[in-house]
Amino acid sequence: MFSEYSLSELSSIFMMQGFAGLILFSVFLLMALGLAIIFGQMGVINMAHGEFMILGAYVTYFTSQLFLNYIPSLFSIYFFIAMILAFFAAGALGMAVEWLMIRRLYKRPLDTLLATWGLSLILQQFYRSVFGPREVGVELPSWMMGSLPVTEVVEVQINGLFVMGLTIAITVAVALLMYKSSWGKQVRAVVQNRVMAGAVGINTEKVDRYTFGLGCGIAGVAGSAFTMIGSTGPTSGQLYIVDTFLVVVFGGAQSLLGTIASAFTISQAQSTMEFFLSGSMAKVLTLLGVVIILMLRPQGLFVIKVRR
Amino acid sequence: MTQSGRTFFLRPRDAIGIVILAVLLLVILPLALDNFRLQFVGKYLTYAFVALGLVLCWGYAGILSLGQGVFFGLGGYCMAMYLKLEASSVENTKIQSTPGIPDFMDWNQITSLPWFWEPFRSFGFTTLAVIVVPAIFAFIVGFAMFKRRVGGVYFAIITQALAAILTILIIGQQGYTGGINGITDLRTLHGWDIRTDSAKTVLYFVCVGLLLACILIAYFVKSSKLGRILVAMRDKEDRVRFSGYDVASFKVFVFCLAASLSAIGGAMFTLQVGFMSPSFVGIVPSIEMVIYTAVGGRLSILGAIYGTLLVNWAKTSFSESFPELWLFGLGGLFIAVVLLFPNGIAGLWQTYVAPRLGPLFSDKPKAAVRTAATPPASPSGPVAPAAAE
Repeated sequence: MFSEYSLSELSSIFMMQGFAGLILFSVFLLMALGLAIIFGQMGVINMAHGEFMILGAYVTYFTSQLFLNYIPSLFSIYFFIAMILAFFAAGALGMAVEWLMIRRLYKRPLDTLLATWGLSLILQQFYRSVFGPREVGVELPSWMMGSLPVTEVVEVQINGLFVMGLTIAITVAVALLMYKSSWGKQVRAVVQNRVMAGAVGINTEKVDRYTFGLGCGIAGVAGSAFTMIGSTGPTSGQLYIVDTFLVVVFGGAQSLLGTIASAFTISQAQSTMEFFLSGSMAKVLTLLGVVIILMLRPQGLFVIKVRR
Repeated sequence: MTQSGRTFFLRPRDAIGIVILAVLLLVILPLALDNFRLQFVGKYLTYAFVALGLVLCWGYAGILSLGQGVFFGLGGYCMAMYLKLEASSVENTKIQSTPGIPDFMDWNQITSLPWFWEPFRSFGFTTLAVIVVPAIFAFIVGFAMFKRRVGGVYFAIITQALAAILTILIIGQQGYTGGINGITDLRTLHGWDIRTDSAKTVLYFVCVGLLLACILIAYFVKSSKLGRILVAMRDKEDRVRFSGYDVASFKVFVFCLAASLSAIGGAMFTLQVGFMSPSFVGIVPSIEMVIYTAVGGRLSILGAIYGTLLVNWAKTSFSESFPELWLFGLGGLFIAVVLLFPNGIAGLWQTYVAPRLGPLFSDKPKAAVRTAATPPASPSGPVAPAAAE
């Protein structure tokens, strides 16, 4: 399949597809970060994760409309405010869900899957009834439009670069929070040994609630970033949920580094193959590859030891 | 369960339950409903095969598969391929550029029948394939995963990914599979027109007959030693392993059995509804099938059948009158079943109704109360007890 291209063409193709893959990587990673916290740390399978992301996207859309109509002078910075709003909206909803539903189900992980699937159906229908079934897109501020030339044939879009930068910043923030703050230490303690963590005075219920809220909040930010590169509809979240779960499981559920590595591998494989094969075959081969590797190595790429 | 008064594999109480179900499906519903509604019930009953498989696989063995739609689809597609080949005879398709191949292949510029379609000209092979192909597929997946002791959540996610993969593959390979429209325009089975009302009624009774047979198989498995090992495995896998049983093989077996049951349902679906499409394969239908089982009661074979009928009936009548509300209803149902009554309708029945009916049954009613009163934590599989330690 490579024979019909010359060497310089091939390198350009790989660069272009590699860049497209990096954008996909950003989306995967942003979604998977929240999920890695919720699933990896708490063992809860949150099938409604995509809907939390879409909530963030809708918040961003409405913030952009608000700025456009009332304070157009500040339109160029609306995104940062939208992102913060999205984080708190999704996080607050997440904490409410944890309190009403998830905390009763910690001992039954498979049932969290069914219950959150129900939640995702309700949220989807809610979005459809309230915001309408049509997909909406935000207007980008002028500084985010256009593209930068890298070589004669290869160009990269500024919004894509921005999303990537944002992803890196959020990943670093999450890593600092989880591994350097005292709160992160509490979360990890609860994961590694819940009973002992409770015995040394950590309020495990509170840690659970905030962890779940944080995971959902990051999903909201992911949704916010998602509006930069695609449009949002009531069911957009569902398109990514299976991929995201595979990213988290493939990386090794408790490992942040593993999540990053697996998001990178999966997105690059998919995007590079997309050029040479049809889009659907690329996706099939990528997912199949991941599933086969997981069958051979069920614990994922990176593992940390956990006492259950 | 107690051994008392039982020489046959059915307890008297179960036998009465099966007879009631048989009378309901074979006599009452055909008399009470017009043809149109009866065909709906026939369609729902094909999902009941999947729910039946899930009771064995999920309820008894603790293996939650979110990919049962894959097996339903495989069975359905096997049957659809046979029917499509019969419908695409050379006379029927003489306007195509290549006569004698299915119409969607012709539209996709395929000029000869692909090799894997070839065997589906034979009805015998098709019948065998409906049962064996999904079982082989389930064996490969199950063997690879259970031997490595992958279970619980991971198994659920991977089977879900398989459902996604198969859907994308079917949609992508339009020329070989009919793409997103599926395989449509099926006409005859051995020259017998399956589109007429009388044929549909006959197929309904065939479907009920097969379902009752599968229910008996399920009861047989449940009451056998195998069934007890499955339950033991679900509750304390390590102890069963230390007792010298090969846990993985039992899991593989029950997963394959559930796959074959689902596939029979899929084949009956194709016959009754007259088409098969990827919308019955993917993630959404697979999870919906799990909810039928959960609503009916994941530990009750008959409960799952009633659960399937009830949820589908609600779905049809709700989406006819309030299409927007249906998803709220379904979502609420998921949450309510999980949070409030994890043993489903069967659990409610055993807690509230069965004790009052106790004198009518020859079986000891106390046994029923005891099973219903077991804590809801038990069906969640091997993860829960491990986490509690």
